[in-house]
Amino acid sequence: MSASPVFSSAVMGRPFIFSPRSSPRSITEKTAKKTSEILAQVGALSKLAAIVPASRLDARPSPEMVSSGIPQLDSLTGGLARGCLTEICGTASSGRTSVLLFALARATQRGEVCALVDASDAFDPVSAAAAGMELSRLLWVRCGEKYPLRKPPSAALTGRGKTGDSYQGMPSGIPQAAGNGCGFSRWESQLGQMLKVTDLLLQSNGFGMIALDLGDVPAQNARRIPLASWFRFRRAVEHTPTALLVLERQPIAGSCSSVLVKVSGARSQVSGKKLSAVSRQLSGNPPMHSELAHSELLDQFEIIAELLCSRLERKPVQSTASFKSRAAWAE
Amino acid sequence: MFACIFIPDFSVQAILRFEPELRVCPVAVLNGRPPLEKVVALNERARQTGVEIGATRSQLEAWENLALRARSESQEISAQAVLLDCAQSFSPEMEDTSPGTVLLNLAGLEPLLGPLPKIARDLAQRVSHVGLEANIAVTANPDAALLAAHGFSGVTLIPEGHEAERLGNLPVDVLLESFSSSFSSDAEEAARWVETFDRWGIRKLRALAALPEIPVSERLGQQGLRLQKLARGAASRNLRVLEPQLIFAESVELEYPIVLLEPLAFLLNRMLEQVCARLRARALAAQELHLNLDLAAAQSNGCASFTRTLRLPTPMLDAKVFLKLLQLDLQAHPPGAPIVKIHLAAEPARPRALQSGLFQPVFPEPEKLELTLARIAGIVGEGRVGAVELLDTHREGAFAVRRFAPVELPPADPKAKQSGNRKKDMSRPENDSACQVEEKFEENAKEKMSAVIALRLFRPPLGASVTLREAKPVRLRCLQREDIAGEIVWIAGPWRSSGDWPEQEGWSREEWDIAVSAESGLVLYRLVQDKLSGKWFLEGMYD
Repeated sequence: MSASPVFSSAVMGRPFIFSPRSSPRSITEKTAKKTSEILAQVGALSKLAAIVPASRLDARPSPEMVSSGIPQLDSLTGGLARGCLTEICGTASSGRTSVLLFALARATQRGEVCALVDASDAFDPVSAAAAGMELSRLLWVRCGEKYPLRKPPSAALTGRGKTGDSYQGMPSGIPQAAGNGCGFSRWESQLGQMLKVTDLLLQSNGFGMIALDLGDVPAQNARRIPLASWFRFRRAVEHTPTALLVLERQPIAGSCSSVLVKVSGARSQVSGKKLSAVSRQLSGNPPMHSELAHSELLDQFEIIAELLCSRLERKPVQSTASFKSRAAWAE
Repeated sequence: MFACIFIPDFSVQAILRFEPELRVCPVAVLNGRPPLEKVVALNERARQTGVEIGATRSQLEAWENLALRARSESQEISAQAVLLDCAQSFSPEMEDTSPGTVLLNLAGLEPLLGPLPKIARDLAQRVSHVGLEANIAVTANPDAALLAAHGFSGVTLIPEGHEAERLGNLPVDVLLESFSSSFSSDAEEAARWVETFDRWGIRKLRALAALPEIPVSERLGQQGLRLQKLARGAASRNLRVLEPQLIFAESVELEYPIVLLEPLAFLLNRMLEQVCARLRARALAAQELHLNLDLAAAQSNGCASFTRTLRLPTPMLDAKVFLKLLQLDLQAHPPGAPIVKIHLAAEPARPRALQSGLFQPVFPEPEKLELTLARIAGIVGEGRVGAVELLDTHREGAFAVRRFAPVELPPADPKAKQSGNRKKDMSRPENDSACQVEEKFEENAKEKMSAVIALRLFRPPLGASVTLREAKPVRLRCLQREDIAGEIVWIAGPWRSSGDWPEQEGWSREEWDIAVSAESGLVLYRLVQDKLSGKWFLEGMYD
């Protein structure tokens, strides 16, 4: 018996399956041709004409960046992103309010209309004016308990000035003592107002910058803001020319913020030793105030900004930046 | 050529303007002292059901579906003002002939507004848009137009020379009704004329026009001759041209007092739409809105009314925005008593016209901003939202919160903008634009720019207990906040200031800047001592 191979198809009297005309290469060409024909037909349908294949989708456009007014901070973060939420966090006396006011001042100088939602009613117009803010372009919303305007008490009791009905300024003579208003419900009420007001401002459009000041709100209260609210704000501000800033003690917006910057005052770290020395002097011997001039602390106040998180595509060149602030009276 | 706008059953239509749902019902308008009120006007549906002028209220009880309304002079005045506005939008020469009747001169308008039939149709359409149904007649002389508008319903156009022919079919009653004000002031006089013509067998104007002039003059005098001329459509006179007054007001007297805000908003909406339509007809906008409400409880006390004024930052013309603003304002300031009469007036102003530039910063839409501010004021309270303004005083931190009305920057000089754009490299990616777009500005101002140390104020200031050593604070304890306490590790001051000493409310203070050690590090505060009371306060925190 011969050992020549016999193909089963030949045995059955049928032609070979893989004829020369049906090679794999020709099948691929056929498939490609048919696919292109089908795609052409699909593309011709009006309903499907607007559908773009996923492979051809462009990357999401980068947000427009505006200057915060502080070159060092701009080089760290790339500026403040329009259509995004930026968080600035820091402890007391860290310089976070100075950064916020300066960013607002810079925006108003550009001719933009800005809004400050002040959850704790702590905004100081004098500081803002000193930072160069055009106050007529800033909408100030003072959250707090709704109460009728108090008339200026008499001088015999308080020493406040004659101011008229429109006066609501900071008392400069004898300030009134604050009531026990640090309760939990107080912050809930103020935060509720802040959320409602922010929603309205974001819906009204046209603001160049909206800042939420939660600097005095305790962290445990600020964390009670539902994450859904921050998602809503992020969605509302998206694709708008508004830069949304949040000033807080600790990060609270989670993944909703595009940039998270932590601010700390270098003075407390660098000069701590020196201040402790003065402190000992103050407690023991008569104080020697000449050793530390007033301008030494408040002027050239060094602020360190640290970029904790950035969800923008721009890769930061550094993680920290430091800059100095000046006192309002310093030229 | 002259046109006449005539509103049949004017008293009824003035009421139906504010109650359009009554158009499908028979309506009778009553006038007089209760219970002796009599019907003074009817609509066509009421006539079809058999109601007659002069019927008393008790007689009308037989009709179940008949809507009865008291005559409202204020609504008639508003309707007449609307009618004049409509006429004014076509021709500056017009005559306020009588309530519900306006004559206007159309001479020279054809090149501007099209042929006369089109003008007549447009006029009817315009009047219809403001909620009135009018008869429009266009003829060569004003009296013929007046007669045709009274006699023919819809739009009537009579070519010059065909007046006698077209007016001839009208009954004599129409002539006497049309010119009752100029011929017979009372009903008896008109009835005498009707009786005379009836006795002569003259029932149509054609018969009156065909009478020989001399016998008419002998028997009826000069008034008879004038009536004959009018019947022929041959009388001619000049219009008593009206000087238009820019008063945009609407009033509604209510049959029953309104207690809730919702029905009030329903009525306000209609009034605002009417006011806006009138302003739009004159290409104007509203700068102020005055709302005057007569209160039911206040009438017995002799108090006049409840008044609110809305001052708008820019002239606006959107009834929905006005309504929302009024609603928010009334929610914040409720009238406090049922409302029996509403009077709404708008202060006219030229509309805002500003061409925004492509390179201008974004700016909120004024209408939207105004609504947003009103809503925010409803949330945080009146006077707690606005733009801050520093007061011209040495008093620390004195400021006032004003109305927020930012002014949009005028478009920049295109040449300057172009040159500025050339300097910018637009091909560079956007994400680096923070330092690129304002590169030049940054470079120039880099040296000068630095953040100013800001103060966060405690409102109201926190009372403090301070330990002194040689008249200087060395230890601090805050009375309201336990976390603010401790040794003062650094201090600067004091800065003394005082003012308003001749006044009763003088002030004197000493200010210290202090550093207190806390868990997070050093915290800087502003410590203030009031020299008049000797009390210490923490005014704010440097941040």
